[in-house]
Amino acid sequence: MYSTKYIKPNSTSEALEAIKSMGEGKFLAGGMTLIPTLKQRLASPDGLVDISGCDLDSISDEGDTIKIGAMTKHASVAESGLVNEAIPALAKLADGIGDRQVRNRGTLGGSVANNDPSACYPSAVLALKAIVHTNTRSIEADEFFTGMFETALEENEIIEAISFSKPTKANYVKFPNPASRYAMVGVFVAQFNDGVRVAVTGAGEGGVFRHAEMEAALSSNYNADALSALEISSDGLISDLHASPEYRANLIKEMTKRAVV
Amino acid sequence: MTEVTKIDGIGSSVRRTEDKKFLTGKGRYTDDINRPGQVQAYFLRSDVAHAEIKSIDTKAAQSAPGVVGVFTGSDIAADKVGGPICGWVVPCRDGSSTKEPPHPLLAQGKVRFVGDAVAVVVAETMEQAKSAAELIDVDYNELTPVVDFVNADEGAQIHEEVPNNCYFDWELGDESATNKAIESAAKVVKLSVRNNRLVPNAMEPRSALAEYDSLDESYTLHTTSQNPHLTRLVLAAFMFAIPESKLRVIAPDVGGGFGSKIYVYIEEAVCVWASKKIGRPVKWTADRTQAFLTDCHGRDHVNDVQLALDENNKIIGLRVDTVCNLGAYLSAFSVVVPTILHGTLLSGQYDIPAIYTNVKGMATNTVNVDAYRGAGRPEATYLLERTMETAAKEVGMDPAEFRRINFIPKDAFPYQTQVALQYDIGDYEPHLDKAMEMIDYSNFEKRRAEAAKRGMYRGIGMSSYIEACGLAPSAVVGALGGRVGQWESASVRVNPTGTISVFTGSHSHGQGHATTFAQIVADKLGIPMENVEVIHGDTDKTPFGMGSYGSRSLASGGSAISKAVDKIINKSKKIAAHLLEASEDDIDFKDGKFVVGGTDKEKAFGEIALAAYVPHNYPLETLEPGLEENAFYDPTNFVFPSGTHIAEVEIDPATGVVEVVDWAACDDFGNLVNPMIVEGQVHGGIAQGIGQALLEDAHYDENGQLLTASYMDYCMPRADDLPSFKVGYTNTPCTHNDLGVKGCGEAGAIASPPALINAVIDALSPLGVTDMSMPATPQKVWKAIQESQSVAAE
Ligand SMILES: Cc1cc2nc3c(=O)[nH]c(=O)nc-3n(C[C@H](O)[C@H](O)[C@H](O)COP(=O)(O)OP(=O)(O)OC[C@H]3O[C@@H](n4cnc5c(N)ncnc54)[C@H](O)[C@@H]3O)c2cc1C
Repeated sequence: MYSTKYIKPNSTSEALEAIKSMGEGKFLAGGMTLIPTLKQRLASPDGLVDISGCDLDSISDEGDTIKIGAMTKHASVAESGLVNEAIPALAKLADGIGDRQVRNRGTLGGSVANNDPSACYPSAVLALKAIVHTNTRSIEADEFFTGMFETALEENEIIEAISFSKPTKANYVKFPNPASRYAMVGVFVAQFNDGVRVAVTGAGEGGVFRHAEMEAALSSNYNADALSALEISSDGLISDLHASPEYRANLIKEMTKRAVV
Repeated sequence: MTEVTKIDGIGSSVRRTEDKKFLTGKGRYTDDINRPGQVQAYFLRSDVAHAEIKSIDTKAAQSAPGVVGVFTGSDIAADKVGGPICGWVVPCRDGSSTKEPPHPLLAQGKVRFVGDAVAVVVAETMEQAKSAAELIDVDYNELTPVVDFVNADEGAQIHEEVPNNCYFDWELGDESATNKAIESAAKVVKLSVRNNRLVPNAMEPRSALAEYDSLDESYTLHTTSQNPHLTRLVLAAFMFAIPESKLRVIAPDVGGGFGSKIYVYIEEAVCVWASKKIGRPVKWTADRTQAFLTDCHGRDHVNDVQLALDENNKIIGLRVDTVCNLGAYLSAFSVVVPTILHGTLLSGQYDIPAIYTNVKGMATNTVNVDAYRGAGRPEATYLLERTMETAAKEVGMDPAEFRRINFIPKDAFPYQTQVALQYDIGDYEPHLDKAMEMIDYSNFEKRRAEAAKRGMYRGIGMSSYIEACGLAPSAVVGALGGRVGQWESASVRVNPTGTISVFTGSHSHGQGHATTFAQIVADKLGIPMENVEVIHGDTDKTPFGMGSYGSRSLASGGSAISKAVDKIINKSKKIAAHLLEASEDDIDFKDGKFVVGGTDKEKAFGEIALAAYVPHNYPLETLEPGLEENAFYDPTNFVFPSGTHIAEVEIDPATGVVEVVDWAACDDFGNLVNPMIVEGQVHGGIAQGIGQALLEDAHYDENGQLLTASYMDYCMPRADDLPSFKVGYTNTPCTHNDLGVKGCGEAGAIASPPALINAVIDALSPLGVTDMSMPATPQKVWKAIQESQSVAAE
């Protein structure tokens, strides 16, 4: 790791000030992704602004949505009574991330800002019509994820919280990569009064994506059988050592079927 | 089973005394040790697989902050320091010997794998060393890398000394008799299998800390080694040409080895060299990436098998043609593993009248391949047990019955195989029967049908393995090309109060020797185990010994301890006879007491010890004072553990996921000293075998880049990949060591892969699937199912 500056401010505004004072600074959340990157010398930021003191870790019920602070740890989401009652699928997702250590360090904001194509949370953000609240604006999920490791976030824009719409039904089913146990394919299915949303992570070359055909099929019939006749295209799916696009296409269908219960 | 006579004696499951420190994080590993004035070494490694080095410019690095030295291959060459050596060579079919190219400590003119060390930077801190290394400019002329070892003979030549990239082309057995058997056979079963390449992944990465004392011109090296004495011998005699007495090697707590810490690696040697050059202690610790790239890997074989059967399904011949990948350089045991430790095991548990094998060891632009838990024997077992299962299916016999009719009969021991080894003892049907009973083999078809109702494919597979452990005797080892002896040493020091210090030449890096060895001594001397301390891992303390590998520690090291204790008892009897004014012949030793037969006159062991060290009343004219004995034990044969493992799996056709649902292991390890530790070894071995069969695969791309160089892509077995194991034993005590013990450290890893792959194939057999390569990943299994369905649809 290259030596770098470390600052831990007490508010978002101080954090923004701090990061602006650096040439190329980085927000540090749980550090589960950022620190290994630094240790391997794959990044050399001018400074780290630790946002764990900025009061960004509350969970609140906002009526139609559940609002979760960016610094909320996966373990806190998994254990939250509010989340478990309103969107149990989200608690289940958080509970299935990494291992106990990762869940007690890694954060919602870090995961979503990073937009790892194999991360779990982006699928929930997309399927649950979430709004990403930053220091300057509110971004709709459909506008937020712009490609593998790419988001709509501007330089030095900070995610403060994310509001997840409460679905009538939802589920997340993940087929873990055997080695890393990130999602090789993860499917978040959410049913709302105006239709079903299906978000797929782990599989797309452009990162998380919604699956229009499955959404249409499930919107008219929320049942695994509704998917049987569907042919899932392998176009644009990731090919790696662990899974070919064809295998991933199969898993997308299979995980979605398992999610619809 | 051994009768347990003493609460902490031989045969009792005493808790491991070493666990307290390990479980509380208080182990003392090489990287935990720091010396005043110490500096850090960082190795700049090649990022290309095969290239000539046109130039190396270290100028900028030399003057970078904190740097105390930057060295390259030419500095090493100038000091005439030798490289690691190959500890065992074999003759080739054409009469030539194994080709042994030099392995320089730092690259000289050429790099041969991604990870090959090009330069070393020594600096005040590791970060400074790394930063300076980034300033080194290496100009490479890239050559075509050789990665596909099967066709390596057609690739660019990697070493001048190794034509066609073939280190050796070795054979064993009677080729013409075997070919005749195949020609005259009622049936020949043919199979090609591949033994996948594995990364050992010891929990503790390799590390070295070298210190030079200019006053007495001696070195101290702390290192992660399974055999500190061999490390000292190689460093002193072959690399630095210094007397052994000028080098002390300490392998303190070592966090796992699995074979990968047998060899002397270049990093240890460079640290030793640099510690004198710089005049300060030099430390190096690998990070996990370096471990993936530079620890010797394991296995990587392809085997073509032909099994000849007569009309009664009795085996009449076996031919195995093997090509194996040994990587960029030969390391200590890379030659012996696929030859002597592989070819000689091809008879398995079976009476096979004609066997022939040919093994070609190839050079490639990948890291060295050497011993990994099992070392040669898993490869032999895998090909044989896959072939046995395939043969049984092809001739329409139950696999258990097919094995049974081909087993070496119980009354045929000692049994001379056609591949050099002579098995002293064994009895194979009992462990087959017991394993079948443990897993309820006879009701399997009911379970298969029940699983089918749930849409799952259930399968069962077995493996009846044999292994040869405790490599021996030295004379045979020498005749077969070994360059070291294969005895083990022990020194048993009785302290004046009757407590014992046991110094062993073997080395524990997780095996629990402090417990097992203490049990042997406590049992034999009739004293509490707490009174016995086991010391290992320091060349200044322990007698010269061979270290631990090949499941040799108990069979060879334990036997040496037992022999030293016998000498202690003999001498004690003489002392007791004097003190009790009796004849030595009348002294019986039992339960820690020396008793004059038929009387109540006795002396406790502690009283004898005291008399030996405070010899006021002592037969000084005929007996030396003190009570300390050495033993060097050279076994007369290998030991031959055997057993049967049976795996049961369920496969989800929608995803291809294989779940291991049940496992029965019935092993014959001879007598068990500590059954709990043995069971742990069995569990760990099976876990590694399941890892090989389902999860692990070291994968180089065509450019020689290791794609699976982290845990993001290299899949280790985790607890939830494993079922609860059913473990049982049979016992035919070894005939040629005092303890009647065999070895248990590698059995699980040897037995399990074929059992599991056989089970996977059995599960898919209703679909017509007859083969499956390791690892049977979800994608691979799913694809096999898809393909079988599309074949069925045609
Ligand atoms: C062993 C392991 C296993 C894992 N398994 C999984 C898994 O199964 N599924 C899964 O989804 N994830 C998994 N993860 C990822 C993990 O859960 C975290 O979500 C991820 O590491 C990022 O969160 P973090 O809080 O650690 O962010 P950091 O590493 O601190 O930051 C990541 C990036 O986001 C930026 N950032 C952080 N917070 C904000 C913010 N509020 N606003 C703007 N930018 C911000 C940082 O600057 C940085 O660029 C795993 C990680 C590890 C180490």
